[in-house]
This record gives sequence, structure tokens and C-alpha cells, in this order.
Amino acid sequence: MESQLLDESRQRKQARRVPNKKRKGTSKPAKKGKGRSPSAKKSVVTLSEHVVEIISDSGEGAQRCGQSFGSIAARMGNGIWTVEIIPAEIRPPARSVAGASGNRIRVASGPVDNGGDEADLVVAFNEQVLLGRVRAKELKPGCTILMENMWRTDPDAGVAKSYAKAYEELTSAGYDVHEIPMEVECLKYVPDARRGKNMFALGMLCSIYSLDLQMARDQIAFVFAKKGAKVIEPNQELLDAGHAWAEANLSFKYEIPAEKAEVPQIVVNGNIALALGVLASGMEVCAMYPITPATSASHYLSSIFEKVGCVVHQAEDEIAACTFAIGSSYAGKCSVTITSGPGLSLKQEAIGFAVMAEIPMVVVDVQRGGPSTGQPTKVEQGDLLPACFGGHGDAPKVVMAPSSIQDCFYSMITARKIAETFHMVVVVLTDASLATSQQPFPRPQFNENWVAPPVDQSAVSENAMPYDWDARIGVAPRFTPGQPQGMHCLTGLAHDPSSHVAYDPEINEEGIRHRSQKLAAFQKTLKTPKVFGDEEGDLLVIGWGSTRGAIEEAVTRVRAEGGKVGSLHLSFLQPMAPGIKEILSRFTQVMTVENTWCDSLEEELVDESNRRYAGLALLLRARYLVDIDCWGEVKGQPIKPGSIARVIREKLK
Amino acid sequence: MTMSAPATNCLMKLMDNQQTLEDYKSDISPRWCTGCGNNAILAAMQKLCRTEQLPQEKTVFVSGIGCSSRFPHYMNTYGFHGIHGRALPIAEGVKMRRPDLNVFVTTGDGDCCSIGAAHWIHAIRYNMDMTVILHDNLVYGLTKMQASPTSPRGLKTNTSPTGAYLEPLNPLTATLGVSNVSFVAQGVDWVPELLYDLISEAFHHKGFSFVRVLQRCPEFMPDTFDPWLQDAEKTLLLTHKEGIQISPSLSKVYKNQELHDPSDLNRAREIASVLDPIPVGVLYRNGSVPCYDDIRRSETPYTPEVVGTALNEEFDKFTIWPAQ
Ligand SMILES: Cc1ncc(C[n+]2csc(CCOP(=O)(O)OP(=O)(O)O)c2C)c(N)n1
Ligand code: SF4
Repeated sequence: MESQLLDESRQRKQARRVPNKKRKGTSKPAKKGKGRSPSAKKSVVTLSEHVVEIISDSGEGAQRCGQSFGSIAARMGNGIWTVEIIPAEIRPPARSVAGASGNRIRVASGPVDNGGDEADLVVAFNEQVLLGRVRAKELKPGCTILMENMWRTDPDAGVAKSYAKAYEELTSAGYDVHEIPMEVECLKYVPDARRGKNMFALGMLCSIYSLDLQMARDQIAFVFAKKGAKVIEPNQELLDAGHAWAEANLSFKYEIPAEKAEVPQIVVNGNIALALGVLASGMEVCAMYPITPATSASHYLSSIFEKVGCVVHQAEDEIAACTFAIGSSYAGKCSVTITSGPGLSLKQEAIGFAVMAEIPMVVVDVQRGGPSTGQPTKVEQGDLLPACFGGHGDAPKVVMAPSSIQDCFYSMITARKIAETFHMVVVVLTDASLATSQQPFPRPQFNENWVAPPVDQSAVSENAMPYDWDARIGVAPRFTPGQPQGMHCLTGLAHDPSSHVAYDPEINEEGIRHRSQKLAAFQKTLKTPKVFGDEEGDLLVIGWGSTRGAIEEAVTRVRAEGGKVGSLHLSFLQPMAPGIKEILSRFTQVMTVENTWCDSLEEELVDESNRRYAGLALLLRARYLVDIDCWGEVKGQPIKPGSIARVIREKLK
Repeated sequence: MTMSAPATNCLMKLMDNQQTLEDYKSDISPRWCTGCGNNAILAAMQKLCRTEQLPQEKTVFVSGIGCSSRFPHYMNTYGFHGIHGRALPIAEGVKMRRPDLNVFVTTGDGDCCSIGAAHWIHAIRYNMDMTVILHDNLVYGLTKMQASPTSPRGLKTNTSPTGAYLEPLNPLTATLGVSNVSFVAQGVDWVPELLYDLISEAFHHKGFSFVRVLQRCPEFMPDTFDPWLQDAEKTLLLTHKEGIQISPSLSKVYKNQELHDPSDLNRAREIASVLDPIPVGVLYRNGSVPCYDDIRRSETPYTPEVVGTALNEEFDKFTIWPAQ
């Protein structure tokens, strides 16, 4: 049934690979220094994976460089996961610690499903943005740094001084710092090095990681296709220059052999995948109001939706977006509204209405740090409880969460089907991490069954009632305007099967019972999720949404050390699949890992009686009466597998 | 003259298919207070549906919350009794993919001009093809007598026991001030003949047709409109060949008239800003303002094949093909 689509899609994905090789880690170059040791014969060090970062002031193109680097590696068959590094402001002051803009790319031999741990190699266009990343503990000890050196001789003595100071700090902290004359080299080819330095850096990275230079040239041609040869050629020239410079001047070179994929893969971020999913699902209206980090999904959808005769409506606010979606769902096919936390709050009254009137609707919440404006560009999983219970009164709805970029695509097809089958609201929770990360997944094969059937306009049989609830599964028919004899007045007031306002106390209860019943009926269609790692043992880690890859990687690492650990990832948070209680019973301890706040029992004033649990832990404890612990982080970053592995080891002690 | 049997049958059939007033009345009788002006608006609307022979299944009444918003329950058409203040965006959603439906909105002064004010302004600008009736009783009825944005200054209500503190908002000038405004009229519930004509004009206008109806609320505002009911001079009838025509019998009562060309926006704004006498008629009409529903309507027929093709074109942009 519908809900199994998610599971199917997961099967479609290539089998998850458990790293069998031991990580080689960062290999130090043979010779330390300023990159001034041209070596006729460099030894190429083979790695199983590396985490690479490229950062600059915003507007200097580090993001484009990083994305291109990721795409080229993916084209070569490497597994990649890219993470955007985004400053909160559109144009933060130049050379500021908080202003780092760029990309982190985890490149590996096989598929990867999370951003990994700290960086192995960083390219930085100035030392201040780099210091920001160092302070955020985003670099591995001994990390290789390629740093623009123009600042050393900056006419502003203050700038030169802070550069020199940073250089000292970084080298004495044990980082492997290489000063690179990027500006000087670029000026040989272009009058303004600010435009193009990113391609020089891309050339260097292609050399360092032995990527195919022709593929890189093709990538540039693809990226700048709209701008034409005038832009493509100088960029390719800079790419070549960066490559040549690194070949001649850097003493180290790596290779990450690719386990080539056998099927075509598509490389997109979660928001693009989501928008493609909306198109594939047959939904015809997306009503939205701009809000980071959800907006880019609607940007992309706007660029493709009209071509097939559909509409992205930018409403005057989130309430209008949600009610517009409700109106169009009521009169036609199920619609979608895409938002983030603050917008979800504004939509809650309307969502409750859709539940009451049994109008199908898909609500996507691309979660960000909260409460309030919080951290708009950063990830958090704080909206689980508001998604389940945020409205007033008893408003049962389905809440589901994709856990990979691929899931973002298929979740839209699944959500639309559930919404239309059960006349329900389906809330889909993704987050800033999924929204901006890229990961290749097998190219979907379009299936006409994904698309909603045409709106039923046939006559309703005489005396049929719009809310003639099925006694067992709670589902009622749905009469759409245009259907002869289906006339009725839909209302958010308590109503009887003929949609008349209910003044009878029994009828109110009947309506609530049937709306609740639908969730029970839907739950029966769900499959028990599979346990990853040990099927029984000392610890079960439970997660939801974007943390899946990191949790499973952590479990794999701890198991390699002998720990008896398994993990469970929930795609459906409300209702939860059957069979979970039995799984819990097979483990001595159970805990959730969530990208959200939870009190620590180590705090002086916190104890069992007042501890605030993370959302999923709270739901599981309430449902299964098991003493479930939780751990979380609200650092605004995806949780790293290394951090989870540490927590697991601690828990196993 | 006698008719042949087939001809009689034919005529009977024709009569059969004619919708009567009763056909537009739902099986629920209105629960408004006796003398409530909403009754007159309902009667005018049912008459319009009958005159236009609107197919019940192709007609949707959308409302928010309030006494006036109970309206759709009393129509034997599709009805959507929504949430407070949000009737307009709901109606926009309905209209967006369903140009074949006749969309009507009934909303109160609290519903439209207070909680729904943002939607109201934007709905004017979208200019989607729908007929909107503002049931303006100058007070909150359903929640029992609180000040509304259109309450006269000094009106004693449960939230302003010493009298409403501020000058009222004027829905006519407000609407006429928004870009893309395309139809504005004002009627009063106590002159049903004109009310019907105005609603009919609004219905026939393509675009966002806004009719403010001064509506009596005997429950909470028993005497408010008395001066206008008693003194015909306090009503200014707007007549024009592009507006409404006044019957001779009405003309005898309402002598205060102005020949107003509804295409004259500046004059419309002047007329709208005068509170006494109150204007009744079509203030503004412009049939050439584009409708958002038309702008956003695509010529591309939506089919699974079209979706499949578009999807594959997009996939092509992002695909990495395995090395041969
Ligand atoms: C979100 C929300 N806030 C408040 C209310 C309570 N409420 C219902 S109707 C109404 C005002 C009604 O006044 P108006 O729109 O003028 O309609 P009338 O009853 O006078 O026809 C209010 C405040 C509500 N239903 N929903
Ligand atoms: S309270 Fe006023 S508006 Fe409401 S039904 Fe009674 S008379 Fe009409």
C-alpha cells in the first residue's frame, strides 16, 4: 500500500555499504612546507575517503567551487555528500570570523549518507573565515590547510598583522598550513581575481585528488552554459592554471578510487529532490510564503511547474498559503504547502481545519533552528511535537520524515497518496541539512501511477452523505464541487454525516472517533522498520529524519570495536509502525539521538522528575512505557557520526 | 390554442429543468435573529442564482466565521464555511484550478476588515474572478457585541464600554485605494431591489467584485441605521447606464441621485469618502484589469505524459551516467 512506497524506494537504493577497509585517515605529505617543493615524482596516496572544505567570504564563489568539485567526484563514480556552509547574513562583512561561506564535500570510494566528521583538507580565501571554522572545531587535528597568502603583504598593516598572527596560531596548533599565492597566480589570467579564484582552487583540488581534468572542464561548461563561451573559457583557463600550479608546487597528491555506480544517478540537494517529488506526485498547486531554508524548493519548483500547467502561488503570508492550498485541495487534487518552523506555527489553525473537514493536504516543514527566528540557515529537529500536536484540539494527522535525499523525492509521492486515500493532512518533516546537502541516488523511473487521478466529477448517488464515515476505518467519501447531487456545506464546526452543524453531543464524539480511526487504519498498512546493525544487544539507538546516515555510521564504527549496538530509524512518527515495542524489548538500553535540545541528567537541577526529553524520546516513552534515554545537540550543524559514536561508547560503559 | 401532446411534454420538461428559488435553499432554515439584514442578502442571492440558473454543483459559497459567515449553510450549492478571516485565500485556492466554478464569498466586517485585512488587500490586487459580499453590520455579532473596525466612533460595546475609541475604517475607500481594484459597489439590506441589482452587476463583472452591504443587526445595533431608513435624503443613489438603473417608483422615494460614471476612479473615491449621505450603487468598474487566475492559467494540458516528460528533462540535467 501507499506507505510501503518509502520502503520500496529504500530497497531501490543501492545496498548500504559497510566500510570494510579501515579508514586510512589523513596522510601527511612527505615534506612539510610552503608548497614550494616541486616534486618531479609525487607519490600518490590512496585514501578511502576525505572531507574537504572550501571557504571564502560570501560572493567569492567558494560554494560553486565546492559544488563543482562534488559533482566531478560524483561523475567519476565516487560517493559524495556535500554540505553548504552558509552565513546567516546575505553579505556579512568581508574577512569576518562569522562570515564563512562555502561547501564541505565528503568524498569516498563507495556511497556515503552523511557529511562525516571534521575536515581533512581546507581551502580558505582568507584567514578570518578559516579561524571561524577552527573555532567551531570543524577541522581534524593536523588538517591540511591551503590558504590564500595575499594578506601577508596587504597594504593595510592591520590586515597583514592579523594574517601573520593567524598563521602562527594555526601552525603552532599543528595544522599543516600551505600558503598559496592564488591572487597573484589568477591575476596572470584575469584582471579581477575575485572572479575566478574559485576555479583556480577547483583546479588545485582536481590535481590534489587526481580528478579527471577534462571532466572538470566539462563541468565548467555545464555550469556556465547559459553565459556562453566568454565566461566558460576564462574559467576553464583558471581551472587549468590551478591544476598546473598544484602539480608543480604541491608535494602531496591523493587518489580516492571510485567504486563505479552501475545505474544512472542524479545529484541534487534535498530541496530540489522535494520539488521533483512534488512534480512526480501529481500535485498541481504549491502555495507558499518565502522562508529559509524551505524557499529554494519553491524556487526550483517555480522554474519547472508552469511548464506542466501547474502553479506555485506565493501568498501574502503563511496563513494565506495554507488556506489557499486547502481551497485548491477541496476543489481539486491534493495540494502542498512548503514552509519552515515559524510558518508551521502560523498554519496550525488552518491545518486543524483541514483535519476537521477532512481535506487532503501535504504540509512540508523544512526545519530550522528555533524557537522564533532562531537560526534560519541552520539545522535542527525541533518541530516534531508541534507537527504532531501543534494545533488546538484533537487533530490527528500523519507525520513522516524522509531520512535521505532520495527519500525527499519519494516522500512527496507517498504523502500525496496517503493524504488522498485517507482525506488527511500529511506533514513531512525535512530539515536544513537535507535541504542543502547533495547525495547521488539512482535516477527514478517515472511511473504514471505516481500521478493523482483526475478529479472525480461524476454524479453522487442520491441520498449519499459527504461524511458517511466507514464505521471501521473512519474514511468518508469526499464530494468535490462539480459533482452533481454532492452539494453540502463543509464546515469546521462539529458536524454530522450530512455535514450539518452538530448540536447533538453524541455526534461530536462520533466525528472525533472516526477521524482518529483513520490513523489506526493507516497504521495497519505500515511495515515494521528494519533494525540496522545488531538485532539485539546492549543498546538500541533510535532516530528520525536527517540523522540516519550519521547514526548508522556511528553504529557501524562501534560494532567494529565489538559493541553490541543496533539502530532503528522511523519514517513514520505519527502513527508509528507496528512491531516497535518488540524491537525495544531485545535491547538492554534504548536511547534516541536527535538534533534537538534535551536536558542532561548531569545538570545540577535536572532529575527524572523534571527532565525535558527530546521529542521522539518523549513520544516513545509515552507509547511503549520503556525507560528511553536521549541525547541531542543544537549546534546548528548536522550531528557528526564521531559525536554519536562517542555517546554510544559512553552509554555502553 | 391547444397543444399537441409532445409539445406539452417538451414544455413540461423545460419547466422541469428550470431551477426555482426553492432549489437554491438548503434544507436548513436560517438561524439569524428576526429582522437580521443577512436574511435580505440571502434572499437576493437565491434570486440571483435562480435568475442566472446557476448549476448548484458548479457554484461554491465560501465564508469565514461570524453570523454572516453561516450563509453557505443556507444555500443548496457547494458551501465552504471556513475559518475566521480566511475566506478570501480559501476562495482563491478554489478558483485557481477551477475556472468552471462560480465562486462567491460572504464575509463580515470583522472577518474581512480586521482578522482578514491582509487577505482582503491582496485579494483586491489578485483580482480573481469572484463575487464578494461584505456583510457590514458595524459590529461583531457572533461573539456578542465587540467593536469592529467599522464601528462608529463612540459606539458603546463590551470592549469599549465608554464608546469606541477610534474613527472607523472605510471599506470603500480602502478597497478603492488598492491597485488592480476592478469593481466596488455599496448596497443596503433594506432596499432589496437595489441590493439584487448590485449583486447581479457584481456577478456579471469579471474579476474581484466587491459589494459592501450595510446590514442591520437588530440584536446589537437596533437603531444604528434608523436615520437612513427614515430620511431618504441621507442616501445618495448612483445611477449610470454603466451602473444601475433606478425604477420610477424608487426614484420617487430616493430623490438624492447622482449620475456617476463608474469608470471615474477619482470621483468614485470622493463619493466613497463621504459618510453622509451614504452612496448606494456601483462606485467603480473596470473590466480591463487582468485576473490572476487567467494570468496563472496555463495552456498546457495536464497529463501524466506531460509530467513524465518534464520530469525526465529535469533528471537529465542532474544525471551522472555510468561510465561505459
Ligand atoms: C481565530 C479566531 N479568533 C476569534 C474567533 C471568534 N470570532 C468568531 S466570529 C468573530 C467576529 C465576527 O464579527 P464579524 O466578522 O463582523 O461577523 P458578524 O458576526 O458580525 O456577522 C470572532 C471574533 C474565531 N472564531 N477564530
Ligand atoms: S446578532 Fe446581529 S448579525 Fe447576528 S444574527 Fe443577530 S441580528 Fe444578525
